[in-house]
Amino acid sequence: MKINYCDALVIGGGLAGLRAAVAAQKKGLNTVVLSLVPVKRSHSAAAQGGMQASLGNSKMSDGDNEDMHFADTVKGSDWGCDQEVARMFVHTAPKAIRELAGWGVPWTRVREGSREAVINAKKTTITEDAERHGLIMSRDFGGTKKWRTCYTADATGHSMLFGVANQALKHDVDIRDRKEALSLIHENERCYGAIVRDLITGELEAYVAKGTCIATGGYGRVFKQTTNAVICEGIGAAIAIETGVATLGNMEAIQFHPTPIVPSGILLTEGCRGDGGILRDVDGHRFMPDYEPEKKELASRDVVSRRMIEHIRNGKGVPSPYGDHIWLDISILGREHIEKNLRDVQEICQIFNGIDPADEGKKGWAPVLPMQHYSMGGIRTKPTGESQKLNGLFVCGEASCWDMHGFNRLGGNSVSETVVAGMIVGNYFADYCIENDVVIGTKTVESFMNAQDKYIDEILAYKGDEDIFRIKNRMQNLMDEKVGIFRDGKGLTEAVNELEELLIKTKQINVKSKERIGNPELEEAYRVPRMLKIALCVAKGALERTESRGAHYREDYLKRDDANWLNRTLTSWANPSDTLPTVTYEELDIMTMEMPPAFRGYGAKGMIIENELSEKRQAIVDEVVERMQAEGKDRHEIQHELMPFDLPMNYRENNERVGDL
Amino acid sequence: MSIEKGREITISVLKFNPRSKVSKPHFVDYKLEETPGMTLFIALMKIREEYDPDLSFDFVCRAGICGSCGMVINGKPALACRTLIANYPTGVLQLMPMPAFELIKDLSVNTGKWMDSMSKRVESWIVDNGEEKDITKLEERIDPDVADATFELDRCIECGICVASCGTKLMRPDFVGAVGLNRVARFEVDPHDKRTAEDFYELIGDDDGIFGCMSLLACEDHCPKHLPLQNKIAYLRRKLVALK
Repeated sequence: MKINYCDALVIGGGLAGLRAAVAAQKKGLNTVVLSLVPVKRSHSAAAQGGMQASLGNSKMSDGDNEDMHFADTVKGSDWGCDQEVARMFVHTAPKAIRELAGWGVPWTRVREGSREAVINAKKTTITEDAERHGLIMSRDFGGTKKWRTCYTADATGHSMLFGVANQALKHDVDIRDRKEALSLIHENERCYGAIVRDLITGELEAYVAKGTCIATGGYGRVFKQTTNAVICEGIGAAIAIETGVATLGNMEAIQFHPTPIVPSGILLTEGCRGDGGILRDVDGHRFMPDYEPEKKELASRDVVSRRMIEHIRNGKGVPSPYGDHIWLDISILGREHIEKNLRDVQEICQIFNGIDPADEGKKGWAPVLPMQHYSMGGIRTKPTGESQKLNGLFVCGEASCWDMHGFNRLGGNSVSETVVAGMIVGNYFADYCIENDVVIGTKTVESFMNAQDKYIDEILAYKGDEDIFRIKNRMQNLMDEKVGIFRDGKGLTEAVNELEELLIKTKQINVKSKERIGNPELEEAYRVPRMLKIALCVAKGALERTESRGAHYREDYLKRDDANWLNRTLTSWANPSDTLPTVTYEELDIMTMEMPPAFRGYGAKGMIIENELSEKRQAIVDEVVERMQAEGKDRHEIQHELMPFDLPMNYRENNERVGDL
Repeated sequence: MSIEKGREITISVLKFNPRSKVSKPHFVDYKLEETPGMTLFIALMKIREEYDPDLSFDFVCRAGICGSCGMVINGKPALACRTLIANYPTGVLQLMPMPAFELIKDLSVNTGKWMDSMSKRVESWIVDNGEEKDITKLEERIDPDVADATFELDRCIECGICVASCGTKLMRPDFVGAVGLNRVARFEVDPHDKRTAEDFYELIGDDDGIFGCMSLLACEDHCPKHLPLQNKIAYLRRKLVALK
């Protein structure tokens, strides 16, 4: 039996995992990162539009600060987020972006003088002050009060990933790619590492560590139509829930992005609309102002996606062999802007659809349709990033339900979360690894290894007539059809029942090649049952949640129900033989919130079932703010009084801004 | 609207598992119906699901962003996910793994290992004076044009196509490739990096580095990101040759 020992084990080599690994390595820990693919190929690279951080450098972001970023994030989440975590996040984001600048991420910079921009489909002149020249620039994104999204053209994730991955190499983090974690090693409610399969040799090995951090991203591939990379299958969350100890949070909270291109599902960044692009229907009419007069195309993603489908249902979609779609028009931004700031978007349109989006008029319009994009749910953690139930297991990035996104994430907040959580959770994780020893017997490790070894033999011995690819396709289609943007009790019940049947059928397959090495069908055969468990958590959570909140939209329960549903869904898998998850709930405490539930400012009005505590808490908040302002306290002191929060390192210090100087 | 029946296409793949005692390199032809907008990603996924579950290849983003799926398509290295079948009038596509990298199986090659060692060799990260920057304070100002110029070279996705296209790499197995030289060029423009020309000379000032390139230009011809590789290599060579 091959056992690798290390101090800190990170599973997942995207931005979050790599940044957490750098944190651990810098604290003197021997850190190993395991990744399915070469780390620079992780899905983080696909983040296009940018990273939110309230630097307030440019003209259109002047006056921005943590308070505004916090308020936008909480509203975006439809009050489903953990406000303490959202505060930790917004306070660290400006530090994260400045750290990355020092690591060489070539952020687009403010240029003094006048330039033309398109705002609300009109040409507008913006003039930047000389004193801001050379500072980090930001663009507009949906659901934000200020232009807060910092970027490198539309390849932001790529630049960030290379910056952080190379920093990990510089610090001699031990990165091992083409390694897949099959199960977590745990005993007495503590995690000690993972059983891992080498995807080149097929060999199984154990990685034993003082602490383990999962950063494996989302689970978009349980859907058919998704912007996610093919590796985003939710396996990290699945192996966590398979411990029977760790829980998953809000798995039904799935984001559908408004503008993936049809039919390939490749994302066209929110930056398209942030920079002034608009949505048009079959008549070429710009319809978003009819539904959302205030935020228009730049309401939050859940709202824009629903409005697009609503408009298609009203008969205004553009017919195509792939069903109805909507047009995205960025040609109005002008060729020069597109070729500089939306270059990847242009390339995607040209290569996959034969369209040049810089061409004027209808010729340049790109066909788009909302598709699965982001997983707000994930492994449930405390604010430190440690699992609430399984000690020594930390989680960061999209794999986690940390939970700063609640039921809808704002554009630009995910790539920001990866590095911010990598910094915050990574440091708490490192401290755990420093303070705790490995106290597990090799016999126990061996039993975990043997279980996986036997499982692979069992799969290769199946002699049924089902096909693993067909099962996977059926799962994905079911999720699209019945657990998508619009949900109802009937469809969700059918989905749960059929997903359960599919899970049982995964044992009735026949893997054609019996090789343990280089056998893609074998890999599907052990991954798909795990994906089905994740899909069941999503569908079951959605079925039980009889309200509409953020991206979770029930046509049979249209209102956000703060009286009964201001809680977080927790799913667990009590026994390996179970075919359904166990669902429980964690209440959100209004009386500790800095921002009690209210109307978001976009989306349909009058759709909230109020909780009586919201008004009570708001009165207290108002009283505290008024009193402390009269006493001459600053915004930081007032915030601390309302909802204190902690951070590691020097991250709790205030962020300097050009406006303060 | 209905979808018309597409033409029959042939995807011919070089299959080989170097870890198997019985496997020998051989071509396998798969015939399938073309669908509108079909890319090699779609075609290969279909082949694996319906014809050959044992076929190995690598895709991650399938959008031309991650650089996983470089392969030799009708003799030219390219990203498979961005290859439209419709652009091949004969409907016949022959696929081979990229040379220069360790073969894993069939179309899958180990670019990750190669790129990590390249990154360490050229020290593909910011080298500054080593002092921790105070990230609570305002960031260092960078001229917007310089930031743009750095980004321009930072766009490389390390897909390995330049290495697979490279004649020098055939003659000099340890040649650092256009990708490695471009990384150096990228840090040379970045004001955050404090290395001097002498420092870069130490890293690439030999025949496996900047002086090995024979300027055959295939790297630039095939680069899916259209990076100005030859310009940058020529610039670095002039700069470094002046040192000795």
